[in-house]
Amino acid sequence: MSFPHRHLLGIEQLKPHEITAILDLADTYVDLNRRAAKHSDALAGLTQINMFFENSTRTQASFELAGKRLGADVMNMAMQASSIKKGETLIDTAMTLNAMHPDLLVVRHPHSGAMDLLSQKVNYAVLNAGDGKHEHPTQALLDALTIRRAKGRLHRLNIAICGDIAHSRVARSNLFLLGKMENRIRLVGPPTLVPSQFAEFGAEVYDDMHEGLKDVDVVMMLRLQKERMDGGFIPSEREYYHRYGLDADKLAQAKPDAIVMHPGPMNRGVEIDGTIADDINRSVIQEQVEMGVAVRMAAMDLLAQNLRADRQAAAG
Amino acid sequence: MTTLFTNARLIDPEAGTDTPGGLIVSQGRITAVFPGGADAAKELPGHGLSPDEVAEVDCSGMCLAPGIVDIGVKVCEPGERHKESYKSAGLAAAAGGVTTMVTRPDTSPAIDSPETLEFVTRRAQADAPVNVLPMAALTKGREGREMTEIGFLMDAGAVAFSDCDHVVANTKVFTRALAYAKSCGALVVAHPQEPILSKGAAATAGKFAALYGLPAVSPMAERMGLDRDIALLEMTGAKYHADQITTARALPALERAKANGLDITAGTSIHHLTLNELDVSGYRTFFKVKPPLRSEEDRLAVVEAVRTGLIDIISSMHTPQDEESKRLPFEESAAGAVALETLLPAALRLYHAGQLDLPALWRAMSLNPARRLGLESGRLAAGAPADLVLFDPDAPFVLDRFQLKSKSQNTPFDTQRMQGRVLSTYVAGEPVYRRT
Repeated sequence: MSFPHRHLLGIEQLKPHEITAILDLADTYVDLNRRAAKHSDALAGLTQINMFFENSTRTQASFELAGKRLGADVMNMAMQASSIKKGETLIDTAMTLNAMHPDLLVVRHPHSGAMDLLSQKVNYAVLNAGDGKHEHPTQALLDALTIRRAKGRLHRLNIAICGDIAHSRVARSNLFLLGKMENRIRLVGPPTLVPSQFAEFGAEVYDDMHEGLKDVDVVMMLRLQKERMDGGFIPSEREYYHRYGLDADKLAQAKPDAIVMHPGPMNRGVEIDGTIADDINRSVIQEQVEMGVAVRMAAMDLLAQNLRADRQAAAG
Repeated sequence: MTTLFTNARLIDPEAGTDTPGGLIVSQGRITAVFPGGADAAKELPGHGLSPDEVAEVDCSGMCLAPGIVDIGVKVCEPGERHKESYKSAGLAAAAGGVTTMVTRPDTSPAIDSPETLEFVTRRAQADAPVNVLPMAALTKGREGREMTEIGFLMDAGAVAFSDCDHVVANTKVFTRALAYAKSCGALVVAHPQEPILSKGAAATAGKFAALYGLPAVSPMAERMGLDRDIALLEMTGAKYHADQITTARALPALERAKANGLDITAGTSIHHLTLNELDVSGYRTFFKVKPPLRSEEDRLAVVEAVRTGLIDIISSMHTPQDEESKRLPFEESAAGAVALETLLPAALRLYHAGQLDLPALWRAMSLNPARRLGLESGRLAAGAPADLVLFDPDAPFVLDRFQLKSKSQNTPFDTQRMQGRVLSTYVAGEPVYRRT
């Protein structure tokens, strides 16, 4: 089995060849998604529940579309308005869902490690759609696929991840993934948002963005997570934009063919200049969204294959 | 009735010795300590008395030490008896070789009035087979605003005053409480932490917390808290004990304060001596304690400080939590671990690792806490209370948390290999636990 996992909880648990397996399968789904008839029956008969304890538009839509294109029955549960408010614990919610026999559960939760807890208690496949400040594996996979298609390879690249690293699960998953694929990673941002401990993982930490972007192949911008800021990480948005916002001047430090990425949603004029975000010669932000659907189809397909194999084995 | 303990390996923390010998116990006290092996007792006056008058306990070469005096045990009465009662905690203590539990006031409601204190004292006397000495809150409701009736509470039996993990953030309030406590001769037990820096933290800032995306506190917050408290001790001259010192950075400040003659002692928890931050991997909430587990460098520094005596006291910091409060995402889950029954085998890890000898361990677990509270126990000497633990330091076992006597079974040592078991525990010469 090229992908021996029951759940997709994070990139940390994956081996390089397993990452490659997901990306290779995702490439075929990119082709499928570009056709007029986009349907496959890889998940036919299976039930996918999207359970989001945090607001999400694009990730939830991407997972929903991915599931539907593969023929799953997809249900969305907006949990902010739901039983959690009535005091039900995460485990109880998971057990309740368990009794409804879903096959794939896509979860986003505001606390790091919530999926590790949940996955111990259930007999369906859990996909992490973001847990607190910990991991967002499908985002890292779609970033990897985007880079691989734009650069022709996913190793020995200089990649700068810029901005609010401290509060970012995207940064952590990317750090794992790009590190496993043997790239040089730089983390760029003010010291209040880039914990120095990250240097211990082999990343280079820069607080000067001009220096940090010098000769990089990929510039990965992160959203300034305003909703996570409980005060005082930066003096103001305008000073942040001046020092750490991606503009033409700073981007000129990177290689001439460097690509610009952003997981969205963007704060134009805070972390990125709008004209760069829209520059089709530099920005691959739209491609990232496209790759997102394909990567999620691939991940769910692989997990569903394992789920079916497990059940067949259990049935004897 | 006289009991003769023979053929023991006597762990004497006062003399710092680990030698063969025995004890004579009469009317709840040790009346004589004698050296030598199996036959030594035959030389003693009174040997050969009829079995009606003398019961002999052959220790078979096992270790006989003063019972553990554990400062900072949480029994969840009043308020959360389903987590731990005086009965269950007392049985756990007896099984763990703890002969005196010094209980915490961080119950709900807090033990902050003589009436509540009398209630728990009554419950303890009725239900617990070991000695129970209660601490009371330093401020009403542990809210850090008004000091409690320290005088009345002492009259009612409070042995120390503590707001536990609630730091009295208002320095004015804390200064007054220290000064008033000093006039009463009361011991204040504080939790050194800079309260704002450590707010909301679930882990220690470092590589691990950064990787796992957990809200973290710099280990520096402990030193800042301790520095503040030391300054206030210089102002007030109060009698002070830091409940848990867990970081290397706090140690020089502690050393200076002691050298300057302040009335300060410090403790640490058994978990900070035997576990580190990496144990939390996989978001295992049973490893969530307060303050959070530290780096390996900090752990080793704290072990060394116990060895030199800079850190005086090892406590279990026994904190029962039910499954519901632990089966949550790491940030949301409750902190704390039960430890009355695992304190001794966990401490023996340090012995087996060659880091601390048995007299040094018992100095920190028995002699020093007793001295700090002005108790006569904690010693193997004629006249001391016969609070004793007999244990096999080498017996290996795998811990099964469901075998614990505590009502809550939130131990980080579940399924771990341990070495060292309590064989029997005596309080005032009477057996309160025997391993069957």
